[in-house]
Order: sequence, then structure tokens, then C-alpha cells
Amino acid sequence: MADAGATVIVRLDGVEKHFGAVRALDGVDFSVSAGECVGLVGHNGAGKSTLMHVLAGTLAPDDGGIAVGGADQIGYAVVLAQRLGIRCVFQELSLCPNLTVAENARINHAALKGLGWRRRAGDLILAKLDEIFPGHGIGPGDVVRDLPIGKRQMVEVARAFTVTVDPLRLVILDEPTSSLDSQTAGQLLAFVRRVVAGGASGVLISHLLGEVLENSDRIVVMRDGKVVAADRAAAFDRDKLVTAMGAAGKPAHADAERAAERPTAAPVRVRARPERQADGAELVAHEGEVIGLAGLSGHGQTELLLAIFNGAARRTDRIEVTAPVALVAGDRQADGIFPLWSIGQNIGIRSIAGLRKGLLISRASEEEFAAAWQKKMNIRTPDIRNNILSLSGGNQQKALFARALGSDARIVLMDDPMRGVDIGTKREVYELIRQEARNGRTFLWYTTETDELENCDHVYVFRNGRIVADLRRGELTEEKVIQSSFQAAG
Amino acid sequence: MSMAASSAAASARLPWVAGIRPRRLLRALLPALSLTLILIGIAWLNPRAISYFGFNLMLNLAIPIALATIAQMFVITGNDLDLSIGTFVGFVGCVTATWLRDDPLVGALVLIGAISVYAALGALIYLRNLPSIVVTLGMSFVWQGLAILLLPKPGGKAPDWLLQLMGFKPPWVPFPIIAAVVIAVVAHVGLMRTSYGAVLRGAGGNPVAISRAGWSLLKTKAIMFALAGTFGVLSGMALIGITTSADANIGNGYTLLSIAGVILGGGEFVGGRVSPIGAVIGALTLALAASPLLTFMHIPPDWQVGANGAILIIVLAARALISRREG
Repeated sequence: MADAGATVIVRLDGVEKHFGAVRALDGVDFSVSAGECVGLVGHNGAGKSTLMHVLAGTLAPDDGGIAVGGADQIGYAVVLAQRLGIRCVFQELSLCPNLTVAENARINHAALKGLGWRRRAGDLILAKLDEIFPGHGIGPGDVVRDLPIGKRQMVEVARAFTVTVDPLRLVILDEPTSSLDSQTAGQLLAFVRRVVAGGASGVLISHLLGEVLENSDRIVVMRDGKVVAADRAAAFDRDKLVTAMGAAGKPAHADAERAAERPTAAPVRVRARPERQADGAELVAHEGEVIGLAGLSGHGQTELLLAIFNGAARRTDRIEVTAPVALVAGDRQADGIFPLWSIGQNIGIRSIAGLRKGLLISRASEEEFAAAWQKKMNIRTPDIRNNILSLSGGNQQKALFARALGSDARIVLMDDPMRGVDIGTKREVYELIRQEARNGRTFLWYTTETDELENCDHVYVFRNGRIVADLRRGELTEEKVIQSSFQAAG
Repeated sequence: MSMAASSAAASARLPWVAGIRPRRLLRALLPALSLTLILIGIAWLNPRAISYFGFNLMLNLAIPIALATIAQMFVITGNDLDLSIGTFVGFVGCVTATWLRDDPLVGALVLIGAISVYAALGALIYLRNLPSIVVTLGMSFVWQGLAILLLPKPGGKAPDWLLQLMGFKPPWVPFPIIAAVVIAVVAHVGLMRTSYGAVLRGAGGNPVAISRAGWSLLKTKAIMFALAGTFGVLSGMALIGITTSADANIGNGYTLLSIAGVILGGGEFVGGRVSPIGAVIGALTLALAASPLLTFMHIPPDWQVGANGAILIIVLAARALISRREG
């Protein structure tokens, strides 16, 4: 894909990486030449971050080859990547908050040791900070934890460009400007262009399409773990990128069957305004509605769901909730299941008040309750008394849905609950959600999968903790969602 | 803009001043502040205690407590907790009062072996991803059992060189204070100033970042536990040097004292935020609050343990208040 004449710094051939049933990378060919900046774009879960981790050596691919500087690498890992001059600025910051700026610089440079290492590390990082972000106001003795998030990102970026013994050949920047204001973001991008002009290479991952279009020589678009488009940056414009990222050609249909049946005068169940919302936009959910929360992951959707969940107990001026709520957690291992309990106990816990006999839990009514929901949800298990971990991931998720749907909650909050769930289970759950919505339940559904939004009556798109678009069912297309999630810079 | 630029220039000149914000300073001074308060209390109750002889007497047991606190601090730096340090100190004490005196080579080998066991425990905790509390709680019974096997009833005798060392009476400054300063400086330089010390602390602050930078977390964990074992050995030896004979239960109280000392000294249970100097000051504070202060307050011995706990809660609550305001 690269110009034939230029030296290839790094090349991936048919790289595959699977996480359980999820194919994060599904045979990716990717290369970066010397002196070019490659823009990498794609929607949630397209595989950008996984690709970057493979390049940086922090994830070993299941299949495929990696060649650096023309030589095939075997046993490619972090230490080797560093020695070969590949650096990475990770999206989640990888500074140690308890260390000073200088000490964090030392972490990445084994050569900074011996007498006077603190001064040398401080000088190194300070010089780079001065070069990239003049007037940054950061001292080498500052403890990272005391710095605001924007300055931490500046340190992280500057650290990636510092050089001691290993060369600097490729810097991968994953959303490097997400916490920077426009001025410092501009300083950084100008610096990246200078570095690239000097012969090093860069990979720029950003959800700001304008940023990518302006600063890349070549753009690679990923979708569903594959590279779907790659060309010179000049060959793309915003619309072309959006089209390439979305499922182009697939009509974002609305199943007409239920479009008309919405009761217009249903009572309001939830009214919520995100904390960072400056204008008057707010999320409104009526009885019997399925409301989608869309946008890139980590842009405030989960926070709003949790605020609504808390708002049910204690009303605030931002949040108004008029019925009991239940939450279906997305990270089921961490927030959802009780791993030592049986399937039945996991289903019954939200409804325990109704399953009592005197002061004790009635084993019989708990099992009856669970068995009814097992049947309704079609949870595949020989015995409801088995441990919850005996179920497959999809069936565990069904048990969590059963917990919420079996409760007295009239409002069900769903925090991206379908992560890593197979398509068959998904269809069953979609059907159940529609059915429950017809019976008057309200669903607030945060999802990172654009396809799932087709099940919603109303979709709010989030960006940077704010609602930026409010799409009714008829107006909903994947392009519009992506258009709103990816802001044009400037 | 110009403000930022000038502060950057200032920080370049005085790198260590730039990092200190008012609240951080208050936090750093809190251990010293609580120690001062306790000293003022003692001076007020019994002015004669503030003397060369008085400090020698009051702070005698502070040396082993300070060493055990530093041992605990290394473990806490890596986001773990060592519940076996107390019985380990007791075990080391029994070895010191028997084998180390009768057959120094065997004694030294046993103590070095004990340090290797500590390192191996760190490796085990990392490799199997075990909760350190469970592993060290289990080990505490192992150390206690070994100590009882070695010395079923109190006895033994400290080696003469150790007695001489711990009985050292330097001019002007009492020995426990010199020892505390030496311990604090050694631990501070080792953990806070060396380049590998930064990696060790980083492993507590953000282990993922450390491993992404190519460092071995197995190695950092094993080293932290080995250091804890080393200081545990020093603590046990110092204790026997003061008490002259051993008892299998002699160190049991040290587990909680050492944890309290680290926290009192400004350390935190998670996040790799510790302060060796603070930990030593915390240990001194606890040693003084433990018995001298209470004795001078004429609190009967029956109530001293309870009063000791109350002092601990008050001091730690004050620390928590200040940290919370720090946000």
C-alpha cells in the first residue's frame, strides 16, 4: 500500500487477534514507511487500539507476521519494539501517578541511571516539553498525580519523543489530543509534522476527522477488525471517511412494524441532563420507549446511566426519575454476576423482597422465580441451581437481563450489555426488549454497536460528556451517528 | 501564558521546589507534626523525660519498630500488605538468641534463607496473582510455629557484639535518634533517590505502565519482598539486642504497629505513595505514644492498650481529614 520507493519501517502481514469469540483483528495488512504519518480511523471496536498494541509489542498476535525495518521479527515484544525505535502514546495514560515527571521519563529509559540520573531525566523531559509545548508550565519535580489531565497528556506525549540510546523511528499516537485544548493540540500536531519531515514516522489515531485529514499523508480506515480502505489523505474527505467507516450500502432501516405504535402522550419516566451539558439539551424517556445512547465509548454515556440510577434514590436538579430502576451492567464479570452464587440466586437478588418467608429467603419461591425466567429467557442450563460460571458468557448476560426484567423496575438501564455476546442470544434479547417495551417498560440502552440502535425509538449521541445529537427513529442512520460522534476539528 | 512560562523557568532552576504545593507540604509535614505534639505532651507532663537519658529510655524500642515499619513500607509500596512481619520478627529474634550466638555461620545462613523465602513469596504472589493478605497471614503462622519449635519457652541470649551495638552510648545525641536518622536516610536514598527505586515505586503506582516500558514486574515484586525480609531480619536482631533474650511471641504486636507507622508516616495502602522518612517518624510517634506518654498521663497499665488504640485512631483520622481536603 505504501509507495514502492520509500523504506518500510514496519509491516504487518495478515495479523489476527481474537478475544474469545470476538475477532478484534481479522487478517490485517498494514505498513508504515519512513517519513510518513499514517492516519488510522474507525468506529468503536474496529480494532484500531488492538492494532496499535500489536505494533507496540504489548499484545502478541495470534497469527500473522511482523517485520520491522525489513527484517521479520520473532518473539516481538515491548523490549524489542523499544530497541527498534517504536514508541507508543496509549489512550489510557501510562504514567505512574505517584512519580514525578522526571521519574516517569526514567521509567521509559533504562539508560537513565547512575549518579545524577534525576537531573539528566529532568533535563531530557523538560527539553522535549519546551520543544513541543512552549510555555507548558510543568516542572520535572512535579508529581504527576498533582497535574491536571491535560498536562499529564503533554508529559506522556513528550516522553514518547525523548531519545537516549534507542533510536526514534515510529511514534504511535492514540487519541493524543483528547485531553488537550485546541492551542496545545495544534502545537503537538505541528511538532508531529516536523518530526515526520525529519524522517521519522507516525501513526495518528483520532476521532477528530479533520485532525486526521489535515495531518496525515495516508489514511487507513478499519472496520470490524479489517482494513476497509487505505489511500493518500488527499483522496479522502470527511464524507468519504464517514462512509468508509460505517457499514456502507447497508440501509439503516427501521422495522416499520412498530414505528407507528408509539403512544405520544405516555408519561415521562426519565429526564436527565449530563453534568457537562452547557446548553439545554436533555435526555427524555417516556413510558414504553427504548432510548439509545450512542457515540464513541467513554464519552459520558455510562456516567449518565449511573447518574440516573443514583437519581432514582435521590432526586437532583439534573436528573428526574419517576419509577424504580434496574441496571444491566456491561462488564458482567466486574459489576454484574456474583461468581460464587447459583444461577437462580443471581437472578433473584434484585427481587429478594418478594421472595421472603418471614425473615428468611424462601428457597422454593426463589427457585420457582428463577425457573420461570430461565424458561422465558431461554437460559441454557440443565439445572438452575448450578453455579453462574457454568453458563457461557451470553447466557450469563441473559441471567443478568432476567434479574432486571424480573424485578419491579419500570425503567431498565443497560450499559452496553451485549459486549462479547453471540448473535443468536442478541436476537433473543432484542425481541424480549421490544416485548417488554410494549408492556410499558422503559429502556435506556447505551451501546457501542451501531446496529443495535435500530431497536431504539430515539437515539442520543454523546461526545465529550455532552449530548450532541438527538435522532428520532425515522432520522436514524449509521452515517448520522458517526457524523455526530466524530467532530470536525476547528 | 507569560505566567506559565516564568513558572516553567523557575521550576527549571529549582526542580524540587516546583513540585511542592501547599497541601502536599502540609501532608508531608503531618508525621513530624504529630511527633512534635506527642513530644510536647510528654514534656508538659514530665519535663525530665526530655533529656539524653530520657530519650534513650523512651525510644529504645523505637529502633526495631522503625525497622519493621520500613519492611512493611516496601511491601505496601507494591500495593500489598504483610501480615506476617510481626511473627517474622519474633522468629528472627529466636534465631538471633540461639543459633546466631552459638553458631554464627548457621544463624547467618538461616537468616539469609528467611530473606530468600520472603523473595519467593513475592514471586508467588505475583505469578499466581494471589492476595498478599492471605499468603502472609498463612506465613505468619509458619513463622510463629518455627519460632516456638526453636524456643518453646522464653530464653536464649543475644550475641555479645549485638548487645554492645545496641547499648552504644554516643556523646550528645541518644543512640535511638542516630539509628532512626540512619534508617530513614538509607531507606530514603534507596527507594526515593535511586533510579531503580523509581521503577519499584512505579510498579505500585501503575504496574501496566511499568510492564509496557519493558520492566519485569516479577522482579520488582520479588525485590520488594526481599527488602521487606531484610529489614524484618534487622528489626528482629535489633529487638534482641535490646531485650537481651528472646521469646517466640516477642514481635507479635509489630504487624499492626508497622502498618500504622507507614500510614501515619504519610503512606497509602494503594498507589505506591510512601515516604520512608515519614514511616520512621510514624514509628517513633507510635513508640512514644505507646507507653511513655500514657505512663506519664497516669493511665493504669490495664487501660494503656486501649488508650494506645484511641491515640492511633485520632492521629490517623487527622491524617485522613487532611488528605481528603487535598482531593
